[in-house]
Parts: sequence; C-alpha cells; structure tokens
Amino acid sequence: MRLDWEIAKRGWRRYAVYPWATAAGIFTNTIFGFIQAYVLLAVFEHRTNVGGYDARDTVTYVWLAQALLMTVYSFGWQEFALRIRDGSIATDLSRPLDPQRYWLAFDLGRAPFHLIFRGVLPFILGGLVFTLHYPSAPALAEFVVSLALAVVVSFGFRFLYNTAAFWLTDIRGVVTLAITLSVFFSGLTVPVPFFPSALRTVARVLPFASILQTPIDVWLGKHHGAALVLYLGLQLFWALALLGLGRLALRAGARRVVVQGG
Amino acid sequence: MIEVEQLTKTFVVRRGRLRRERHVVEAVRGISFTVARGELLGYLGPNGAGKSTTIKMLTGILVPSSGRVQVAGLDPSRRRVQLAQRIGAMFGQRVQLWWDLPLADSFELLRHIYRVPADRHRANLARFREVLELDPFLQTPVRQLSLGQRIRGELTAAMLHDPELLFLDEPTIGLDVVAKQRVRDFLIEINRERGVTVLLTTHDLGDIERLCTRLLVIDHGTLIWDGGIADLKARYGGERTLVVDLEEPAAPLDVEGAEVERVEGPRQWLRFRGPAAELTTRVAATARLVDLQIAEPDIEEIVRRIYSSGG
Amino acid sequence: MLLWHRLVGAQVRSQLQYRISFVLDLVGAFLISFVDFLAVLVIFHNVLRLGTWNVHEVALLYALSTISFAFTDLLVGHLDQFPQKIRDGNFDILLARPRGTLFQVVASDFQLRRLGRAVQGVAVLVFALDGLQLHWTVGRLAMLLVTIPSAVVIFASVWVVGSCLAFWTTDGGEFTNAFTYGGTFLAQYPIDILSSWLRRFLAYIVPLAFVAYFPALYILDKPDPLGLPRALEFAAPFVALVGVGVARTAWRFAVRHYRSAGG
Repeated sequence: MRLDWEIAKRGWRRYAVYPWATAAGIFTNTIFGFIQAYVLLAVFEHRTNVGGYDARDTVTYVWLAQALLMTVYSFGWQEFALRIRDGSIATDLSRPLDPQRYWLAFDLGRAPFHLIFRGVLPFILGGLVFTLHYPSAPALAEFVVSLALAVVVSFGFRFLYNTAAFWLTDIRGVVTLAITLSVFFSGLTVPVPFFPSALRTVARVLPFASILQTPIDVWLGKHHGAALVLYLGLQLFWALALLGLGRLALRAGARRVVVQGG
Repeated sequence: MIEVEQLTKTFVVRRGRLRRERHVVEAVRGISFTVARGELLGYLGPNGAGKSTTIKMLTGILVPSSGRVQVAGLDPSRRRVQLAQRIGAMFGQRVQLWWDLPLADSFELLRHIYRVPADRHRANLARFREVLELDPFLQTPVRQLSLGQRIRGELTAAMLHDPELLFLDEPTIGLDVVAKQRVRDFLIEINRERGVTVLLTTHDLGDIERLCTRLLVIDHGTLIWDGGIADLKARYGGERTLVVDLEEPAAPLDVEGAEVERVEGPRQWLRFRGPAAELTTRVAATARLVDLQIAEPDIEEIVRRIYSSGG
Repeated sequence: MLLWHRLVGAQVRSQLQYRISFVLDLVGAFLISFVDFLAVLVIFHNVLRLGTWNVHEVALLYALSTISFAFTDLLVGHLDQFPQKIRDGNFDILLARPRGTLFQVVASDFQLRRLGRAVQGVAVLVFALDGLQLHWTVGRLAMLLVTIPSAVVIFASVWVVGSCLAFWTTDGGEFTNAFTYGGTFLAQYPIDILSSWLRRFLAYIVPLAFVAYFPALYILDKPDPLGLPRALEFAAPFVALVGVGVARTAWRFAVRHYRSAGG
C-alpha cells in the first residue's frame, strides 16, 4: 500500500515538472473547446434536441470533454511499450513488483494532477462564456465515482495495447488505430448521442464510451436509479475485463522475454 | 589557424520554480591562446570547466560575450556559414549521420551539403574507406551500426569535404581498445599527411598520451595549462612512487626523503623525488622487504594534480 | 532547391524500400484521418445546414483544409519533435554546417505516409464536388489550384513560428498545437458559426480563416453571411508570402537568441 502511494506520487510528479507543457495544454484545450462548442451549437439552430441532449447539455459536454481528456488520457500512451522495446522490461520482470500494478498506481497518481491542472481551468473559462450545466451534490459524488472508473478503464485499454510491443517491433500502427477507435467511440470527436442509431449501438457495446461518455452523462444527470447502477456496473466490467486481458498479455509476453533472453 | 584573445562567455541562468532568481555563470573567463596550422592538440578539463563552451564559440555555434576569436582568419560568430565550409566537427555522443539511411547515402548527402566536387569526394572516400575499413558496412543503415562503426562513419563524414581544421569532441568514448587504436591512427595520418589541424577534446588520457604534443587544460573557465606534454610531465611529474612489499604488515615507514601515500596490508606506496637508489637503501635498512617496484606518474595522475592544485 | 530534393529523395527511397509496410502505413493514415470527416457526417446526420452551409459545402471546406494540412504535415509535421531535438543537443550540428538551419530542419524529415491524409481529402473533395454540381470556370479552377499551396505555406509558417518557442523553453512546444491542429480543425468548418469576437480574431490575427473559408466562398459563389470585404477571397497567396517572411524572421531571431544564450 505504501509502495503504491510512492509510485502514485511519481506519476503525479512526472507531469507536474513541466509547467509550460501544462499551460500550453490548457491553452490548446480552451481553443478546441470554443471551436467545438460553436460547431455543435450551430446544430441547435435547427433543432432543440439531439439524442436526448439539448443545447446546454451539448455545450457542457464539449467543455467537460476538453477538461477531462487528459485525466482519462484519451490520446496515445506508450511508456510501458517503450520499456519493452528498449529491453528494460527484463529488469522490471525480475523485480517483485508487478508491472501492471506499477503502471496502474502510476496512472492513478497522474490522473488527479491532470484533473486539477488540466481540467479545472478550461471548464471555468468555458463556463464564463457559455451557460453550462452544473450537477447537484449527489450527482457530483456519482460523477467522481464514474470518473475514477473511467480512468481505470482507460488505463486497462492503454496497458493492453502497449503489450503489443512484446510481439511487434514497431507498434506505431497499433497505437494509432487504438487512439482512433478510442477517440471516436468515446465521444471526443462528436458526442455519442449525435451518432446515428446503428453507430450508437456499436458505441454502447465498446468499452470506449465508459471512458468519457459515461462520466459526462452522469454529470449531466442523464442516468438515475437502476440505469445509473447499470452504467457504473458496465464501467466496472470493462475495467476488470481490460485489466484481465492485460494480465494475460503480460504473462504471455513475459514468457517470451524470458525465453528470448530479453 | 586559431587565435583567441580574452575570450569570455557569461550565461544568465534562472534558477528556482517561482522566484526565478538570476545567477550569472562565467563559463569561460578571458582565455587566450593561439594554435598554428598543423598542430594536433588536446583540450582537457573537468566536466563543466568550459570546454564545450569554448568549442562552440570556435565553431560559431555560440556568440562570445566578449573577446576576440579568429578561426582560419574568420570571425566564427559572424561568418558561420563560410567557416563551416572549412572546418569539420564531430561530437562523439551525438549523431550527425542520417539515422535511417545507409552510411553511403549520408556521405552522398554531405557531399551536396558541402558542395564537394564529385571526383574529390570519390578520392577522399576511397582513402577513408581503406584506412577505416568501411566497406563491410557501407550500405548498412546507421541505426544498425555498432558504436565503433558509427564513429568511423562520423569521422569520415567530418573529413569528406577536406576541412583545414577538425574539432573532435570525445571521439573515442565507449570504444574498445582496437577501435580506439584505429581512430588514433587515422587522426595521426590526417594530421601528418594532410596537415589538418586537430583540436581534440577528451577525457581519455590514452588519446592525449598517444596523439597530442600540446595540451590545453581548462578549469572553472580559465586556462590553467598551455604547453607541451613533456613540459607537463617535467613540472608535475617530478614525483615517482616506490611500491614496497614488506615481509609483514607494519606501520607507515618513516624514511627520509619519502612520504607514505598509501598502506594496504604489507604493501606501502612511498612518494619521492630524485634518484631511487638512495631511497631504496634507506627503506631496506628500515624494514624487511620482499619485493619492490617503481611507478612513473601517468598523465592521469598529473592531470589530477593539476586539477587539484588549480594550475 | 535541388539540395532539398536530394535530402528528401534519399528519405523517400529508404521508406519505399519496405513496400508492404509503407502501403499499410498509407492506408492507416487514410483511415485515421477519415475519422475527422466522420464527425462532419455525424453532425449532418442530425441537421441539414450548419449556419448557411449544407453538407457538400462543408465537405468542400473540409477537403481544402485537409488536403492542405496533409501537405503541411508532410513538409513540417516533424517540428513537433523539435523541442526534443534541441534537448538532445542535435541542433548544434546543424550550425556547424554551411547551410541555413531552418532549411536543414525542414528537410530533415519527410514521411511519405502522411499523404494518406491527402488521399482522404481528395476523396472528400470528390464527394463535395459531386454533390455541388458546380459549373467550372477558369476562375474557380484557378482558385482551387492556388488555395492549396497558399494554405500549405500559411500553415507551415504558423508551425515554424510556433516551434521557435522551443529555443526558449523545451516543454512549451505544445502551444503550437493549438494553432496547427486547432487551426485545421477550425478550418474544416465555416467560420460564420462562430461568435463575432472569435471570428475577428481568426480572420485578422491568426490568418487561418484564409485557408479554406474565403476561397470556398469564391468557388461556391456564396455571399459572405458576415458581409466581410470580398477582396479577402483573393488574399490567400499574399497572406502566404507574408507568412514566409514572418516565419523566417522569427526563426532568425530565435536562433540568434539561442546562439547568445547558450543551449
């Protein structure tokens, strides 16, 4: 437990030491937020409701997405794959610390940093210009739970595609494909409620919606009672499933490393 | 070839996260020296002494804070492009060649960058291929080369355009003994046969010993030695060490004219000056000896002494 | 310049050596960039017009912007890694060579697979033109052919100016992303849907609006719903020239700083 805490602190520090990168990121998020907000608002000139979302929901969605995209790390992550590629994995495996557990703790230390330092400011800025939806206290608590689960789902997915490095020398293609699927089906490019029904069904089946769409829906108060439990349960399911698959891949990969001599 | 007068470089460094206090760092403080055409000299100094800063000012990468610099008759910071045509540079730890391309392609691209006539390029390349034995890996992508092969490639790359002056920053770092020797032979050849002036920055004292006739030593931004290796040895190398193996471990011997430097069990190291015979007799009279040796100071020891005495 | 062709040609040859891998990369780039257009399609699944623009008109905007961005990415996309290059100390070597540093940096990387996005842009352009049923005049064709290179130069200039920041702070390079990737994102949509202050900022301060919006207005023969001067529709090449000047000056200034302040 103490070890996990130390690793989490390291995760926090890894991003905290680059203040300019953080500032630049906030700037970029804000610009993207404005552009996307206006584009989607233009849809509401002709309609009042899209897939259950009204204009205020949509704008809130946009700003939340920008605020959370670093917390749930929507884009490429390759740190583990890098260790596999340069051979350090052999040393890691010889230590009594499970790599998946290490990186999970690391990620759970990172996420709060990004939530506070990449999340709060863009959302506030968006809130100054647009009218956003703010949740009630119980909804906020539900949101926090959902967000935490979302981070784990995201980690599970990222760790899983990193294990491809055990078998492929260049995982660039895998990573780009993974990011593309994740970014689109998590609702970052366009909110899932905007999707045509067939695509929406596909999105609901994939784990990516649990990364961004679900926590935002909880913030917006779209799920109550049994439905809420169902969605949170689905997040939990994906978290465990992806972590499980990651474990299997890790074990298979580790065997390969040992056999080949690293 | 090189004329340096009161060369100074100060940096302003901002330390600290929130308050950003200014520190003024004097990396190079008014150093002066001259290098004649055809010399092969070594440039030595502890880390952070100002070596790379000096080299950067000589090659035009950095602009001096004050002082005068002339390399090949040009002011490096003002005539960077012109000077670049006449010098070659190799930074041992950084890659100049194109990573994904075969070695031969890098040479060809450099030919165009330096605008070298085709026949001269071919002649040079043929010579270097022979001396450095490049043929086995000439078509291999640079990223697949071993360190020794890559260094040989980089040296060739630095020389292909017939520079008059060659700056080498740690060229033998990480190489095995055989590879080091090959590089050293190459440097001696280009210096003697082609008259290329070579300024060699290195931590490897074997390089210094075998290649350089003159040594510049810099520490904390000032030049603390500028002269020949022989003079260096004479000035700082006067002391030798007598290593004695006693029959059994004893307290440090008290002998006139010698100072015990180290004791390890029955073995003692005594530092002394002057003829060894007298001292040996005196030591033999004091204790029962099993064996003895006389050690000459090597460059490493001398340099260490220079660093610690501050010149 | 001939040297640029040589430097780039050597890289292309090496990339084409692995034929299959290259084709896969190209297809991958095509598919991945297609997701951006999927967003446009999804939006138009819900509505018939964005502002005063229908799906084919927006597709034209998108195509112009995407094709331009693809070529820009091909030319200077690697500037994203420039801060790392400085951190590794690999910029100094360029100063030791008898050529301009900006030229060397730009020519140092050329990933042909990035054209996959250009192919996607062309596909969208075909879709747009098919739906628009335009009557082609010399003027329209000329505008189409002039816009893309101008846009490439404008985007590239923005990218270069942004990467100058790397000489001051090695982790601030991300600021450029807002302008380069953000710029493309923005240029894919008609700017009349933005609120007025943002519109003004874009059109006059960050000239990314010229990239697709004004030329598209000309091609579509659409009156500008904002009522801005029609002359702006022809401004792209001039903005491009100004852009080159700004980029080179910024770079020169940045390198001068680097050479006096140290690594």
